[in-house]
Amino acid sequence: MLDISKFLIEAQGVNIQADGRMIINHVDMTVSEGEIVTLIGPNGAGKTTLIKAVLGLRSLSAGSVTIRPNIAIGYMPQRLSVDPNLPLTVRRFIGLAGKMAKGKRQSVLDEVGVLPIVDSSIHDISGGEMQRVLLARALLRDPDLLVLDEPAQAVDVNGQAELYQLISTIRAERGCGVLMVSHDLHLVMSATDKVLCLNNHLCCVGHPDAVSKDPNYVELFGPQVASSLALYHHHHDHEHAVDGHVVPSSEGHSHG
Amino acid sequence: MDEFILLALLAGVGVTIVAGPLGSFILWRRMSFFGDTLAHASLLGVALGLLLGATNLTVGVVIVCVGAAAFLVVLQNRTRLGNDALLGILSHGTLAVGLVAISFMDNVRLDLIGFLFGDILSVTMIDLAWIYATVGVTIVVLAKIWRPLLSITIHEDLARAEGIQVTRLNLLFMILIALVVAAAMKVVGILLIAALLIVPASAARHYAKTPEQMTGIAMLIGVFSVVGGLALSLSFDTPAGPSIVVIALVLFLISALMPGFSRLHQ
Repeated sequence: MLDISKFLIEAQGVNIQADGRMIINHVDMTVSEGEIVTLIGPNGAGKTTLIKAVLGLRSLSAGSVTIRPNIAIGYMPQRLSVDPNLPLTVRRFIGLAGKMAKGKRQSVLDEVGVLPIVDSSIHDISGGEMQRVLLARALLRDPDLLVLDEPAQAVDVNGQAELYQLISTIRAERGCGVLMVSHDLHLVMSATDKVLCLNNHLCCVGHPDAVSKDPNYVELFGPQVASSLALYHHHHDHEHAVDGHVVPSSEGHSHG
Repeated sequence: MDEFILLALLAGVGVTIVAGPLGSFILWRRMSFFGDTLAHASLLGVALGLLLGATNLTVGVVIVCVGAAAFLVVLQNRTRLGNDALLGILSHGTLAVGLVAISFMDNVRLDLIGFLFGDILSVTMIDLAWIYATVGVTIVVLAKIWRPLLSITIHEDLARAEGIQVTRLNLLFMILIALVVAAAMKVVGILLIAALLIVPASAARHYAKTPEQMTGIAMLIGVFSVVGGLALSLSFDTPAGPSIVVIALVLFLISALMPGFSRLHQ
């Protein structure tokens, strides 16, 4: 199962310290071609820090991050607000990603659903539209790996489901790897191959089904979140007991 | 037209041509106080230039400005104080150190008032040559780094992740500001350089829909301010540098307060 030749990213024993505090404590992580890996964890768990380390935006205190050479990475930062002093249309913002064929640009904008707003000022679009614009800019780099830091923030609940569906479709069509940060496991579950539950160290790793039942996950997010997740899960999977009894699963699940 | 007026006009126009785009970037990057700090630090650069016996003071000004910027980065990493506090300290601290340093140089005849408030009517051909050398270098470099600099301005991490050499470009940007500060010293003086950078660009914001429009309009407003300021100065015998800034201020107020214009501001 561990085919090293397919790794886009391999992080080993990553430690990151800041102001004497250990933000990331001995984290191992891999992202392979065509794989969607989701980082979840509470605020301050180090999710964004880990992503920035992978992108080379932050230095490591120990460990290593290996990125396959010559791959294109599309990055969608957590928050991007353009200074109101800067007049900028959506089209211009997206064009800053680099030069590209016009036809290709059109098709990407269409795919992400931002064609109707390309001539709007970037200061006039909604939070959800901004996230799609950022996604479009990342996609226009023709990425082998997409790194998305909370792509669904500032997006309403319906929009969130749509956005994750879109990310899933993008992966299916392009075969790129995806590393993303999310708060809500129940929304990304169907679109995720592997979940890393982070709270400065890795609490648990595995398939979303397995992680949602992991005692470390339940402890981290509290029984309410965990059980609402289980309920949601049971609507879609009738193999499990209807009384919500937690069936331990060891498949694709390890504890670090 | 008298030759000194023509020289003054050409000097002012040259400086505002580069102040337009650089001032716009300073606004977009929320660096107004930074521009002010470099302008104030430039007096120390003058002292350094005189100490080195340089024929032109540009070299000393650029060295001190880049040094002040580097020192700011060191302070940012060493203290929890906010950026505005650090800039306020550096801005007035360097001005004070510059004034003290200059007071030691009693063997040099120095027109301190000229440095502080500008002396555009005494611009020489040599000054003009320096100003237009600065204009040429700035325009060539800016044209080359325009797109990546805009990317950095919008989001540094995103730019870095897309492979842009952020640190190198930021340093280059700082050197350009230092060059323009050195050039503008003679025109409006150390105390008003920041105004020349910020006021025309701010007025231009109200009419612009793209970054390039904003810089173009800022240049026009700057040129108009120089012409109007010089005319004001010659007609009413007002000080030339401040008169230029007053005209720029009036144009800004018109852009901000006239109905129908401010609507464009988003």
